[in-house]
Amino acid sequence: MALPRVNALVVGAGAGGGVVAKELSEAGLSVVLLERGDWPHYDAHNDDELVSQRTPALGNPYGPDDARYRRVVVNADGSSSVVLPSEGAYSNNAGCVGGGTVSYGAMAWRYMPQDFRMRSTYGVVKDSTLDDWPIGYDDLEPYYEKAEYEFGVAGDYADNPFGAPRRKPFPMPAFPYNREGQRVVEATRRMGLHPFPIPMLRNSVPYNGRPACIHMRSCVGFACPVDAKTGSHNTVIPKALATGHCELRTGCVAAEILVDDRGRTRGVRYFDRDGQGWEQLADLVVVSASATETARLLLNSKSKLFPNGAGNNNDWVGRNFQGHGYVGAFGLATDEVYEEAGPGATVAFCDFNHGNPGLVGGGMLANEFIALPYVFCDIRPPGEPRWGKAHKDFQRQYYKRVIRLYGPIQEIPNFSARVSVDPSVKDAWGIPVCRLSGSRHPHDLELGEFMSGKAEQVLKEMGATRTWRGRLGPGLSGGQHQAGTCRMGNDPATSVTNRNGQVHGIDNLFIADASLHVTNGGFNPVLTILAVAYWVSDHIKSGWKGGGFS
Amino acid sequence: MNGGPLQPTAEAPGLSRRSAIKLIAVGSLGVAAGVGATALITRMDRSEPRQYFFFSPEEARPLVALCEQLIPRDDTAGATDAGVINYIDRQLAGPLARHRGSYRAGLASLQRTSQRLYQLPFESLGLGQQTSLAAMLEAGWAPAELWGEPSQKAFFNLVLDHTRQGFYGSPRHGGNRDYVSYRMLGLAYPNLIGQNRYPGGARLGG
Repeated sequence: MALPRVNALVVGAGAGGGVVAKELSEAGLSVVLLERGDWPHYDAHNDDELVSQRTPALGNPYGPDDARYRRVVVNADGSSSVVLPSEGAYSNNAGCVGGGTVSYGAMAWRYMPQDFRMRSTYGVVKDSTLDDWPIGYDDLEPYYEKAEYEFGVAGDYADNPFGAPRRKPFPMPAFPYNREGQRVVEATRRMGLHPFPIPMLRNSVPYNGRPACIHMRSCVGFACPVDAKTGSHNTVIPKALATGHCELRTGCVAAEILVDDRGRTRGVRYFDRDGQGWEQLADLVVVSASATETARLLLNSKSKLFPNGAGNNNDWVGRNFQGHGYVGAFGLATDEVYEEAGPGATVAFCDFNHGNPGLVGGGMLANEFIALPYVFCDIRPPGEPRWGKAHKDFQRQYYKRVIRLYGPIQEIPNFSARVSVDPSVKDAWGIPVCRLSGSRHPHDLELGEFMSGKAEQVLKEMGATRTWRGRLGPGLSGGQHQAGTCRMGNDPATSVTNRNGQVHGIDNLFIADASLHVTNGGFNPVLTILAVAYWVSDHIKSGWKGGGFS
Repeated sequence: MNGGPLQPTAEAPGLSRRSAIKLIAVGSLGVAAGVGATALITRMDRSEPRQYFFFSPEEARPLVALCEQLIPRDDTAGATDAGVINYIDRQLAGPLARHRGSYRAGLASLQRTSQRLYQLPFESLGLGQQTSLAAMLEAGWAPAELWGEPSQKAFFNLVLDHTRQGFYGSPRHGGNRDYVSYRMLGLAYPNLIGQNRYPGGARLGG
């Protein structure tokens, strides 16, 4: 059944969709914001490590659920497996109002100027689709600033000579270093490196009517019980609803973008909470469903002019799937470094984001979030027994004495790392599911070895009695940092949208999430997702003619 | 997911405390029993439940022994003390139902292996023999013809993962009784706002 036309329909109430819904509704457009999940509630799962968004042993607390969702993963030997959202290979982010911003670690990084110009900086990389973004850091700087102030970021770059240039200081003071962080600071300074406090989307002081952080040990993977962690669910989405122009529909699963025979979208077909199908008509549609689900929705939207899916006439939708290889090193300290003050990650350094001899890109390194007891079972030096008394001895002796330095490496995009739709497996609504295939570029493994070596050097300088490195596997990357599947570009032959997030060939269809990222930086991506969503919103507003879009 | 709701399999008329709580808590599974048993709680043996949602008593005994090998009691509590078997049993009747077949087949293979090597069921072996057999499964060195799906390594890894979950996870799921693992690690619990969790600005930073 078709529902009365609205000005804008936004699919997905996560980081990107929240920003777009707020920007458009404040500009006076009537907006419907569709979200497959529900409002998050801390009390439903509290600090339960087995129902954490990072260790969903018994299911994802913030969606999607194992009962209704599936994906297919193509294995290295060519066989394929059906996987559940609580299994790692699913490459899940989240499915709730606020999306990943409810349960993330909340690091608030701006990418560096070079991160937008990877091809110009490093040249052609064999077997890759490495390229420059069609926009640069200077284009996004005002939008980064807007995100930092509207959401609220605590930080201080006084000690970070590699930080991207900024016009205004951070809106909140940085968090202090914890005990482990203080030691990282001392060791890295002795080595001539440049440690500084991690910028966080978390209140160090009361901000925007929400309180300061109370330092839960269970922070990353969990919602915040006092709302000190900042996401779209406690900033832009409430603002959008307050305009009176935005209607949020939860429990609604988008099935298809409706594209007419003239190459314009009419709206979206979706299923409501009861499984009832609807067509919501709209003057324009913005897809902000994550790099996996946005690609899936476009591919499932076939029309006369786009028989292979919306915007997919050149087979670029779903390509260049990437995330971040997470890599670093571990060390055993001679005394307790654990501090009962979460989330634990307080210090980072960016000395190795760029300029690494013979390598393309790099990444930041940081001390890690607190590992809760179940996760800690897998933090072991090579060859250490996994069970028996030796397991307990290690847990007792080292739970509060392991130091971890880890970070995301900038991945090299490749065309074969891919989201497509499976020809046979469907979800509970009968919609073909994501099919994930391909592997990471070999350079990622090389860079991972380099970064873990750098991390290990710092741990040795800190006086760790034993150190060991983490290693990347060759498999597909994605997960919470998933990106790249609908890249923006100036050439319609090698991209999905133009530099404003407007899908090539469908003038009233936009994308506003990490799908647009040409490359994904050596940083957690959320602040860039927010900034790009503001950028896309500004373009939509400037093209809006009051009742139509051109 | 696989199969319908499970009824507890009664072995003895008495109810352990955990079983009583479990029966009360799982009304949604259609179990109508338990409330009257609360008067008996104080003199019930708490070390091993007598009723399971999924396992037969014959299956539970070797599994309890295997879990105890993985996280044994020494001067602190082990898997049995923590109620890991309750955790696994309850999850197989819930979110981990997809692993039921692996447990049923794996436990049968475990017993066949134990009988072949020692002519005794696994739970009747000496602790040293149990340790040796568990190490064989981990390495994949037990007689291959006694194992199909799951493989011995896959079964070992599945039980190891679930034992860790039951030992270290939230007690709300049936294991980690009285937060024994948190006590072992010196982690304060419960995690009360404004009390044991937040040390104040003075301890933060250098």
